[in-house]
Amino acid sequence: MACFVAPAAAAVVTTVVQKVVKNREGAAAGTQGCKTACKWTQRLRWLNTMLWGGTALLALEHVWHGEVVPWPPFLTAMETPGAVGPMLWEILTYGLTMTAVIFAAWGIMVGVAELVERKGRTASPGEVESEAVAGGE
Amino acid sequence: MWLLATALAALVVSALWYVDAPRDRYKLGFLSLIYWGATLMWLVDHVIAYAQEGGPFFEVSADATALGLAVLALGLFVWLVRLLAADPKRVLRAVLKK
Repeated sequence: MACFVAPAAAAVVTTVVQKVVKNREGAAAGTQGCKTACKWTQRLRWLNTMLWGGTALLALEHVWHGEVVPWPPFLTAMETPGAVGPMLWEILTYGLTMTAVIFAAWGIMVGVAELVERKGRTASPGEVESEAVAGGE
Repeated sequence: MWLLATALAALVVSALWYVDAPRDRYKLGFLSLIYWGATLMWLVDHVIAYAQEGGPFFEVSADATALGLAVLALGLFVWLVRLLAADPKRVLRAVLKK
C-alpha cells in the first residue's frame, strides 16, 4: 500500500547526513578537494543510491497497481478510513524491514571496503592496484 | 516477476561494472545500486507477504512481466540522465560548444 514511504523517509535523512559529511570532509581535505579524501561521502552515496533507487522503483510499482495517484491525498488507502490502519501497519512492518535490510547490506559493503582498504595499506602498491575495489559510484 | 527481472538486471549490471572496476566511467555502479536497492526491498516484500498470506512466491503473468520491464526502463532512464549529466566522454559538451 505504501511500504516505500519508510525507505523514502530514511533516504531524506541519509541525504542530509551525506551533505553534512561532505562539507566536513571537504573542509578537512582543503585544497585537495573531495575527489580523493571523502571516503564517507562516497560510502553514504552508495546508501542513498540504494534507498532512493529502490524507493523510485517501488513507487512505480505502487502507481502501476493503483495504490499511488498523482492527486491528493496521493495514497488511495487514505481515501477509505478503514484502510488507513492497515496502511500504517504495512509501513511499519514491510517498510521498516526493507529499510533495515538496505542498511544491513550497506553495512556489509562498508565492512568489505574497509577490509580492502586496510589490506591495501599493508600490501605493496602493485598489489593494491590489482586488488582495489571502488565499489561503484 | 518484477523481483526476478530486477534481480537479474542487478546481477548483469554488477558484472558489467566489475569488468571495468575500479574505474566506473559509465556510472554502472550507480545503476547496479539502484537495481540492488529495489531487489532487496521487493525481496523483503515478497518474503513477508509469502509468510503472512502464502500463495505463489512469484507472480507470473503478462501484467507482472510488463511491470518488470517498466521498472527496468525507469532504472535505465535515471541512469541515463545521470550519465548524460556527467558526460564522461565530453560528447555533449563538445556539441554544446559548437
